[in-house]
Amino acid sequence: MTRNSLEIKGIGKRFGAEDVLKGIDLAVRPGEFLSLVGMSGCGKSTLLRIIAGLERPDRGRVLIADNDVTEMDPSDRNLAMVFQSYALYPHMTVRENIATPLRMRNLSLAGRMPLIGRMTAPAATLQEIDVRVGEAAETLQIAHLLDRKPAQLSGGQRQRVALARALVRSPAAFLMDEPLSNLDAKLRAHMRDELANLHRRLGATFIYVTHDQVEAMTMSNRIALMSEGRIEQLGTPSDLYQRPASLTVARFIGSPAINLIPVEIAENGSVSAYGKVLNIGASGSRAGQVATLGVRAEDLVPAATGLKVRIERIEMHGADRFVHTSLLDDSSHRITLRLGASDPLPAGDDGVFAVTVKADRAHLFGVDGQRLAGLSHRELVA
Amino acid sequence: MARLRSYLPHLVLAAGAFVMLLPFYWMFLTSIRSPAEIFDISLWPIPKDFSAGENFERAARQVPMARFMLNGAFVCFGILAVQVLTAVPAAYALAKLKFPGRKLLLTLVIAALCVPMQALALPLFVGLAKLELLNTYFAMMAPFFLSVFAIFLFHQSFRSYPDEIIEAARMDGFSEMEICWGLVLRGSLPSLAAFSVFSLVAHWNDLYWPMIVVTDINLAPPPLGMLFFADVESGANYGALMAGAALITAPMLVCFLLARRHFIAGITMTGVK
Repeated sequence: MTRNSLEIKGIGKRFGAEDVLKGIDLAVRPGEFLSLVGMSGCGKSTLLRIIAGLERPDRGRVLIADNDVTEMDPSDRNLAMVFQSYALYPHMTVRENIATPLRMRNLSLAGRMPLIGRMTAPAATLQEIDVRVGEAAETLQIAHLLDRKPAQLSGGQRQRVALARALVRSPAAFLMDEPLSNLDAKLRAHMRDELANLHRRLGATFIYVTHDQVEAMTMSNRIALMSEGRIEQLGTPSDLYQRPASLTVARFIGSPAINLIPVEIAENGSVSAYGKVLNIGASGSRAGQVATLGVRAEDLVPAATGLKVRIERIEMHGADRFVHTSLLDDSSHRITLRLGASDPLPAGDDGVFAVTVKADRAHLFGVDGQRLAGLSHRELVA
Repeated sequence: MARLRSYLPHLVLAAGAFVMLLPFYWMFLTSIRSPAEIFDISLWPIPKDFSAGENFERAARQVPMARFMLNGAFVCFGILAVQVLTAVPAAYALAKLKFPGRKLLLTLVIAALCVPMQALALPLFVGLAKLELLNTYFAMMAPFFLSVFAIFLFHQSFRSYPDEIIEAARMDGFSEMEICWGLVLRGSLPSLAAFSVFSLVAHWNDLYWPMIVVTDINLAPPPLGMLFFADVESGANYGALMAGAALITAPMLVCFLLARRHFIAGITMTGVK
């Protein structure tokens, strides 16, 4: 299982003056659910289209199961793709839509013709296609829709047809380009669940493009977070959440968004924000260096001393509540805490309280946005 | 006042329709009147002396009307078939494929829309004469085989076809020709209907070009045939002449009425006219 199911080497692509992809290297393991996430314009869709063969890279190679497919046509790469708009053939029934990838591969041109086809195509092949279409429809629970046209289906149903059309044959990998973004929130959550199940059941390689970090976090084995044509970080969802390699990653992953506080590192390694020394220390000599402290909402703890904040708004989420506060020293700077629904609110009548940081869960980023190593806990002297 | 305002557009349209339809009505009226009543300006639909039978019989007997109609149908459908065969792939390439010079080609297509047929008549005539192709069906059809109007119309309509469906088709292994004819044109059937009506009507009614390249009465399409008919009759029998005109207009009216819905959808969809 060490062989890569799909490998990308040094892919670069320009559109006019814009460098969309700046040398991407990526190895996808067999059976893996890999998400490409990032803001719009980060190059994730272009990368997927290059893998699919719909776009030609300016440089670099694409390998599928160790075969170089860079120059191959999309249909020769044995990949299946699910598009954002589902891209069902509007004049065909659901049955014909699902059968199309098989008909195109297994039947001759004459066999695909409307009338002649029925007479010339080998009966065994046609029967096999029927069986496979039935199985795919069964898997996605759309067997009752087989004789409808796409226009008569709801968004969720079209989505299932698109998935069935992809999995009716056994491709080397499934490529998905924001397949859930046209669905409403509730259906999206449901389809996320189904997609993850489908991946587990098929054991196939999925490459999934999304701008929604929740989709990436909940379904993926690994996430490649892209920004400005580069892969910013490649790792498991918890890697990206717990050890973001850069400010970009820290900002993108997690909801509510990570708290970012400008800090200064003193010669002795103490870290201070707005002139107040915090309960964390940085190792190594970075005296006088300016940095950004990143702390997740759940890693801020109300305490007797520390950064002073004032409550602005409390958002109830059932088991949790998000406490939105502003820094006392800079009221435009928002800080969010995640507290249990029954945890007492530490603030007094004026809504002001102090917070400290869980040192092992906090992250320091340098001016270049890259992660700085070595944070430790320091006792604060009140 | 509000009532008037809601009727006003209908009044204006009715006035327009009256102006457009009057000649047709007059033609029909003349075709059923007797020679004595031809110059009567009354619009009353029932003539004193009903001579429709006589006029139509004369129009059909005096000249080979059926032959003219067959010539017309052969020429029109021949032109239409080649126009569609050439314009659809060209429009698909211009609308959906990426290649260098695409914008320039599209500009040339639009520029070519501005060149009138008359400007090309002389060189085309000389060319056909040198090739000894005058007095053939081919001579009547050839100048119209490549229609920039068709390319433009289909281009406008193909442009709106979703790219993702084309990409899905490429991944499924469709060839570009299969995508072009089987998917994209299929999504633009109203445009095809609209163009067919445009083309059939234009060439069915065309007198100019057949008159230049055809002198053989056996090859004449209906309008040219009518001209021979008028000559034969020395323009005297207007009743029979109009009966002939009514006969050759009828197929176009039927053709339009059948394709009316698609025709309107086709031109509103593409934003032409």
